[in-house]
Amino acid sequence: MSVTVDTPRVSYLTEENTIGSWLLTTDHKRIALLYFASITGFFFLGGIAAALMRINLLTPTGAIVSHEMYNRLFTMHGVVMVWFFLVPAIPVTLGNFIVPLMLGARDLAFPKLNLVSWYLFMTGGLFATYSLFAGGLDTGWTFYTPLSTDYTKGHVVAVAIGIFISGFSSIATGVNFIVSIHRLRAPGMGWYRMPLMLWSLYATSVIYVLATPVLAMTLILLGFETVFHVGIFDQRLGGDPLLFQHLFWFYSHPAVYIMILPGFGVMSEVLTTFSQKGIFGYKFIAWSSVAIAVISFFVWGHHMFVAGTSVYSAITFSLLSFMVSVPSAIKVFNWLGTLHKGYIKFDAPMLYALGFLGLFTIGGLTGLFVAALGADVHLTQTYFVVAHFHYIMVGGMVSAFFAGLHYWWPKITGRLYPEMWARAAAFLIFFGFNLTFFPQFILGYLGMPRRYAAYPPEFQVLNVLSSAGSTILAVAYLMPVFYLGYSLRHGARSPSNPWHATGLEWKTQSPPRTENFPIIPIVTEPPYNYPRPEDRTRAA
Amino acid sequence: MHFQYSSAEHQAESAMSGMWLFLAQEILFFGALVFVWVYCCYQHPAGFRLATQHANLLIGSINTAVLLTSSFTFTAGLLAIERGEPRRLIQACFATIGLGVVFLLLKGVEWFKDVGDGLVPGAHFSLTGPDSGGAQIFYVFYYVATVLHALHMIIGIGLVLWIAWRARRGDFSRAWSTPVEVVGLYWSFVDVVWLTLYPLIYLAAL
Amino acid sequence: MTLTLTSASVHSAEVDALLAGLLLMSLAVLALVFGLIWTYAIRYRAGNTEDRGAIGQKSWRIEIGWTVATLVVFFALFVWGADLYVRLYTAPGNALKIYVVGKQWMWKVEHEGGQREINALHVPVGRPVQLIMTSEDVIHDFSIPAFRIKHDVLPGRYEQLWFNAQTPGSYHLFCTQFCGTDHAAMIGEVVAMQQADYARWLTQNGGSDTLVAAGRDLFTRYGCSGCHQAGPTGGGGTVRAPSLNGLYGSPVPLADGTTVFADDKYIRDSILLPADQIVASYAPVMPSFSGQIGEDDLIKLIAFIKSLAAEGPS
Repeated sequence: MSVTVDTPRVSYLTEENTIGSWLLTTDHKRIALLYFASITGFFFLGGIAAALMRINLLTPTGAIVSHEMYNRLFTMHGVVMVWFFLVPAIPVTLGNFIVPLMLGARDLAFPKLNLVSWYLFMTGGLFATYSLFAGGLDTGWTFYTPLSTDYTKGHVVAVAIGIFISGFSSIATGVNFIVSIHRLRAPGMGWYRMPLMLWSLYATSVIYVLATPVLAMTLILLGFETVFHVGIFDQRLGGDPLLFQHLFWFYSHPAVYIMILPGFGVMSEVLTTFSQKGIFGYKFIAWSSVAIAVISFFVWGHHMFVAGTSVYSAITFSLLSFMVSVPSAIKVFNWLGTLHKGYIKFDAPMLYALGFLGLFTIGGLTGLFVAALGADVHLTQTYFVVAHFHYIMVGGMVSAFFAGLHYWWPKITGRLYPEMWARAAAFLIFFGFNLTFFPQFILGYLGMPRRYAAYPPEFQVLNVLSSAGSTILAVAYLMPVFYLGYSLRHGARSPSNPWHATGLEWKTQSPPRTENFPIIPIVTEPPYNYPRPEDRTRAA
Repeated sequence: MHFQYSSAEHQAESAMSGMWLFLAQEILFFGALVFVWVYCCYQHPAGFRLATQHANLLIGSINTAVLLTSSFTFTAGLLAIERGEPRRLIQACFATIGLGVVFLLLKGVEWFKDVGDGLVPGAHFSLTGPDSGGAQIFYVFYYVATVLHALHMIIGIGLVLWIAWRARRGDFSRAWSTPVEVVGLYWSFVDVVWLTLYPLIYLAAL
Repeated sequence: MTLTLTSASVHSAEVDALLAGLLLMSLAVLALVFGLIWTYAIRYRAGNTEDRGAIGQKSWRIEIGWTVATLVVFFALFVWGADLYVRLYTAPGNALKIYVVGKQWMWKVEHEGGQREINALHVPVGRPVQLIMTSEDVIHDFSIPAFRIKHDVLPGRYEQLWFNAQTPGSYHLFCTQFCGTDHAAMIGEVVAMQQADYARWLTQNGGSDTLVAAGRDLFTRYGCSGCHQAGPTGGGGTVRAPSLNGLYGSPVPLADGTTVFADDKYIRDSILLPADQIVASYAPVMPSFSGQIGEDDLIKLIAFIKSLAAEGPS
């Protein structure tokens, strides 16, 4: 890019740079960066726990830690990754930064609430991680009763309080996004003129607002049961342990869609930009996000096919689970349609996005294995399930996160990242990921149960393969820290629209000023309105 | 007015939308509790009946009346400021706060009596006999629900106090009274939560 | 490294067939998705100046087409899976019953003849076997990968699982619901034997008593016989309590006007939480035995009360 870039002298980054100006900021872009720092920390914390687990599983008897320690590690991995990385990740960082810019607004609807949500998140996060370190917890992130309430010595209540507090940060973010999308669209931006990222964040926010409070109440009751042993979930006092599972999954299944829906949004942005072509099936992609959000509230029972619920409930939830995967399939087909006849460039965001497309498809298809009742009986609670949801959560969501991060990096920092390094990392992540998790599908089919600190020797070869893959994955995940960090100071200055993309966020300077747009833009065209080069040449 | 809004009205509408969404969240929050409550009630009908008979219907009913009146007074304040009478608003705020405090005091008395009567789930629970287990679960819900509701009341009283303070400062006028409206919405919701709890706690046995 | 798992029961081949169906469908979709990504990536790369022509008019037909195709395939898979699931969990009436108790972190197994084993389960081939399972503490899960079957084992309930082993051999038994510190050690083996071998194994490991006989002893020892009549003679004291003859499998009218069906769970609940379900026209005087009778003994007591089903109600 040989265009000379007139470096903006003033931006949200240069405005005022005292510690107070960052910690008390109400600017959505700065809050996004605060969140970004926190999320990165939690990601590596969860990652270290995962790495230790993979090392331990190198030998059948457990290479480095005791059973008890292993149980604490996978609990920490689950709790931290789910609640303090995956659930907030894209919305609070990329979403926070990009939503007002995409809307053509100067900030979110409730800037102070946005800041409060970060403090809630940090309070909950630090509280929970401190408890995980200090006392340890060995129930898994699912807290199944009566193990969690009566039989563990771990700090159930403390961790639950941490999750409870940070849950309110999710709710605050959800409220903020929904109101912003309703109220702060630039003049001329009808619902169908919104970028699809906004549709998917809207759907995500609906789940934030409606599912999180159920988890909050569930955690309160769990805490009461743990401390006072009152018998809501305790069969010895006439309670019902399955009641907890119903309540827990009523939140936690929609939460899976909280994690992946924002990734869908990133996909639609990146694929169109790097195909220089309009999206295929805009309305189908938009409404499929909404459909996923709605149906996701009615599939929780598929976590309990062998748990002792009735056959009728299993059949109903199986059918609904197949139904919820239809909108995802629609999205994949439409993204492929978007590539058709495009002008495809393979910059790093696009590589991550194509990686997402492949890995998410595998994750989605293996989801059908566990939605099909007869097959689920064999596969559930084995490594097959572990592999399945990591293909969705890590292969899908984390790839989308990196795609979005690289895509908007020039906008966020005003600098270009080193392209070759980024491409190398994208390939390495794809390779390392598959080597780590593909063997786990086979392990699962062979019957290796999840959450095992030790295993029968015949599973060793596949476990070693998986651990080897995780080493590559660990290195690949560390690479962006270095090259993105390097680009902060030494990267080339970015023009306002390095990718020739169409969204409103590219129509303002990089990095933007605090008020985003000197003049509020007026939207006069549909989203992704990329000119066809043929037309250009014909015109010339 | 924040710089992302085009007009005060725009901001006011957004604030109301925000509060409505917050209340949707609250409905799911208390909704989960009520769901589990009703589920357990079906599991232990006798225990719940026994426990309800020991709930203090008199205080509960007085409190219901107090709370309904407080919603009325606050709404009167909102109407007053929409007519441009901040003094009336301040009076209404203090009436509301007074009623809220009365509610909390009565609630405190009720809790005090409950604890005195040994209605605390655990080893020393005073309702013995075959239905004791169910009754204990009832009292768990009773305490969780009433404490959470009381917390909402305390937050509400704080908000009304803040409204009164801002009204005194002359922040509100006929043209602009968004915070009053938003707080009013919240206060009414806390009222509605109580109206859901009241029959569950006091009337289920009748 | 073996990549195949023994298929050792009647249904395991069926589960494998379903998995193969899912796998084929997935491979077809993956071939399509990856094939298109590669094709488009090469043909439509920005550097390729080939004229793309006008973008095809996007029509609703395409969208409806692939949505309907997806729905049809998914529905077929759903029906296939659901049908298999129902058969996987519907035990035939003539199944051999074996009792399983899970506790942190071991499996205790009791056969009808009183034979007991720990972390092992011996079963005959060619005969349906039904496991009746409960837990003494947390939720466990009894899983036999070679039979493609598993089910959670909950405290306070009797969950069931059945299979019909085909191939003699020794197979893994796993607990697959996380149950605490030594979850990974809660493993054992399932030994499927020829029927003759199984019969020999039973006699060699003959317990002192059958479950029913042991249950009869416990019935006296826990003082049940002081009030309840059980068998043609014996039992029935000063306190008026329902007779247990012919109870199992019959409807029981309760004091609150409802009627329950006397199954394992009912009997279990009546021993542990007698006050919850009072039989009509009896006083709620029975003390709770919760915490006093272990799960093993409960199984024996229930086996004994079951054996009274044939006795006419007196």
